[in-house]
Amino acid sequence: MSGTEFGLALSVFLACAVEAVEALTIVLAMGTTRSWSSAMGGVGAATVALAAIVAALGPALTSLPIGILRVAVGGLLLIFGLQWLRKAILRAAGLKAKHDEIAIYEEEAEAARALGATPAGFDGYAFTISFKGVLLEGLEVVFIVLTFGTNQHHVGLAAAAAGLAVLIVIAAGAAARAPLARVPENTMKFSVGVMLTSFGMFWGAEGAGASWPGGDAALLAIVPGVLLMGVAMVKLIARPPQQTPIETGEQATVTA
Amino acid sequence: MTRLSAFLLGVWEFIVGDDWRAALGVVLALALTALLATTSIAAWWVMPVAVVGLLALSIRRAAR
Repeated sequence: MSGTEFGLALSVFLACAVEAVEALTIVLAMGTTRSWSSAMGGVGAATVALAAIVAALGPALTSLPIGILRVAVGGLLLIFGLQWLRKAILRAAGLKAKHDEIAIYEEEAEAARALGATPAGFDGYAFTISFKGVLLEGLEVVFIVLTFGTNQHHVGLAAAAAGLAVLIVIAAGAAARAPLARVPENTMKFSVGVMLTSFGMFWGAEGAGASWPGGDAALLAIVPGVLLMGVAMVKLIARPPQQTPIETGEQATVTA
Repeated sequence: MTRLSAFLLGVWEFIVGDDWRAALGVVLALALTALLATTSIAAWWVMPVAVVGLLALSIRRAAR
């Protein structure tokens, strides 16, 4: 492999790893807090849609309006993220009831038994968020492969580097799944709110035509910034913990 | 309630959630970003400022 080819493979590998980590973050968040089966369903559907788009359009993909996709997906993620973050902040501050998951599960299981249905069903929220995240990032990976590969006349090498990056990120995600399941529920929802808000803000602004200082590296400032803002808001409005009520299944109507 | 109105209500609740003002604020902030991006003024700062303001207002409303 020549120096130029190595440079191409390394550039594509790093760029695609960044995109894959962004998609993985969304899928892990949905799987851990909502439903693994629905989140993986979203991943599967996005993979099929991506394969169909690539097969149908091929190199013409580079003319797709990625800016419009980014602003739509970013805007929706930001709206969802603000909802998650607001509820997680209110719960952490003691201003909103925390879920009593065991009571909720038992009530739902009892109701499902009475109806003759299975208690765990399809979660459209987890499916849709995972689908959008994987489809958007997958399209960006395809763009990277096509633009870098076509410029250097090595689409095959670029595709191999992208595939390796995605496989390594998937393996890292599988390894992180078990430790994440032990994180307390509201802490995880707080983190999901931070991630959805950060990525939504980043993609939405990019799609609307703004350029972040430092490009993708701006996420390294945006994510901690949103986290600090959330923690500061909890501190500002916090009540003593003994005033926190416990929410049962009948009261648990929140999405996040 | 007809099936269509139930479907539209479901879509509204799924996308907008329980604070329509925050959703509207996001749309307006994106529009302002797009407007500024066509000028020589930097546009990236609009979304962070909007997020801080929208979240603070949303929490204030919910905490009342």
